[in-house]
Amino acid sequence: MTDTMNIKKIEETMKAKKKSQVLEVMKRLSYNKGAVVGGILFLLVLLAAVFAPLLAPFDYAEINIQDRCMSPCLAHLFGTDQMGRDILSRALYGARYSMIIGIGSVVFSAVFGIIIGAIAGYYGGWLDNFIMRLCDIIQSIPGLILNIALACALGPGIFNIILALGIEGIAGTARLMRSSILNVRKMEYLDAARTSNCGNYRIILKHVFPNTFAPILVQSTMGVGSRIMLAASMSYVGIGVQPPTPEWGAMLADSRDFLMEYPYMCLIPGICIMVVVLALNLLGDGLRDALDPKLKK
Amino acid sequence: MPKLVEIKNLKKYFKTSRGMVHAVDGVTLDIKQGKTMGIVGESGCGKSTLGRILVHLEESTGGQIIFNNEDVTQLKKNDMKKFREHAQIIFQDPYSSLDPRYTVEDSIKESLMMSGKYNRAKALEKTQELMDLVGIAPRLRLAYPHELDGGRRQRVGIARALALDPEFIVCDEPVSALDVSIQAQILNLLKKLQQEQNLTYMFITHDLSVVKHISDDICVMYLGQLVETCSSKELFHRQYHPYTKALLSAIPSVNIRHKMNRIVLKGEITSPINPKPGCRFAARCNYACEKCHEPQKLMEVSPDHFVSCCRAKEINN
Repeated sequence: MTDTMNIKKIEETMKAKKKSQVLEVMKRLSYNKGAVVGGILFLLVLLAAVFAPLLAPFDYAEINIQDRCMSPCLAHLFGTDQMGRDILSRALYGARYSMIIGIGSVVFSAVFGIIIGAIAGYYGGWLDNFIMRLCDIIQSIPGLILNIALACALGPGIFNIILALGIEGIAGTARLMRSSILNVRKMEYLDAARTSNCGNYRIILKHVFPNTFAPILVQSTMGVGSRIMLAASMSYVGIGVQPPTPEWGAMLADSRDFLMEYPYMCLIPGICIMVVVLALNLLGDGLRDALDPKLKK
Repeated sequence: MPKLVEIKNLKKYFKTSRGMVHAVDGVTLDIKQGKTMGIVGESGCGKSTLGRILVHLEESTGGQIIFNNEDVTQLKKNDMKKFREHAQIIFQDPYSSLDPRYTVEDSIKESLMMSGKYNRAKALEKTQELMDLVGIAPRLRLAYPHELDGGRRQRVGIARALALDPEFIVCDEPVSALDVSIQAQILNLLKKLQQEQNLTYMFITHDLSVVKHISDDICVMYLGQLVETCSSKELFHRQYHPYTKALLSAIPSVNIRHKMNRIVLKGEITSPINPKPGCRFAARCNYACEKCHEPQKLMEVSPDHFVSCCRAKEINN
């Protein structure tokens, strides 16, 4: 009797499926209240950005001079700006542009940073030295100044801002990737994989990359927030997105002259930036904990 | 007793900015089928490098390796794949030899899947057998390495090495990272597996009590060179080379009344970078003379007992 029960038990454990690692991470993430709040906020902003045309009650560029600088009311929930444009509509579309700039530039620097960092870390020697000294040069220039210089050289426009922010971020990502690779490279499980007859591609894709991926993901998540801030400050000084495109930073820049008399114009985009950056930082913090296989609830 | 592995004048030099490091320098050694060859020596003497060359994790600079009467010194891609079904390695540190993102099952299964001989179902079945063989409970099938203790991790490492049914396994200090109580378990497991599957081991260690326990033959290395080799019993009974004498005199004794006659070595360890010809131990040896600075030959001082010291006979009579 007990024997058959034991056999049944063993059969059950045999049938158990490996838990998906993505699901595991999501589950661990869900224990972290801050990360959940951050994730939900970020998701909401993302949805707002995607569905801006459906949600926005007005056209973001529609000028209506007689309705200028209206306080929040039923028709204009967040009021109107100095040209009578609906601030809610502009904030919704602004989410679009800010997200595109933030995510786009992070993806740009992640792709190039990972490749360059991996080459430096894996091959080492003079190539490593050369790449790292280039990164030193890029990183020794203050970030904002480099961004402004690049943006000025490239000219205004969303794509050029993505490029300017992206180039500046490559050095940091490459450095991070290189140090992760150096960490993993000395691990014996790579030797073990070689004695298991794994080819180079399999070792890189199945052993090296999964073990170096987590820090890049965390850095990138937090990076989106700081890129949105940088883009906003660039728009604020007038070299970013050009009017009437409603990027949050550009909206803040417009509100400069009306800070005292009409604070809604700067409050709304300011709060938007704050919420997104806060959400991404919370999410990034949570991801860092959830991605570490050694930390368990 | 037939020889499974013959190593002939094997060399491995590493290029560094300060010159050539002679990690393994002209080692000649036979490993008998079904026996355990213990390799002892202090850290940095090239014993791990020797083991890694044998399973082709490093390529040798010179010399020859003959495995089962076939020359396996240089292998092409396909031959390498076949060779790895015959020779495997157990790593020193079970904390870094398992991929932290692979479950126990994945780690063991990988080589089975890569060999192309097993489909998924068969590989899973074989994985079960292997886990059973090395004593890992089936419920740990989906555990990640960080959930296991050192002993269990090392069992996973052993199961992975056994997956392709090899005849020859290099054990690269498989117990030095473990607690003493666990060490005994793993050593006994290795012994049991050897008897059941007629395995041949090359057992690399710096722990003399471990090597005494498990080895049939012992080879003592010093700075990349073979110093003395003979059967385990013989070595602990009678040593010829001054270095071996000093090494064995360092074994602590449990008996407090037994006065230890430790031979304490003086002088600096010779640098393995661009060394001079001749005995590497000469700088620290009490018996060194002019002849010691010429290249040394391996001499048979008694049946199956080889020493590379020109003064071996003088010193011991």
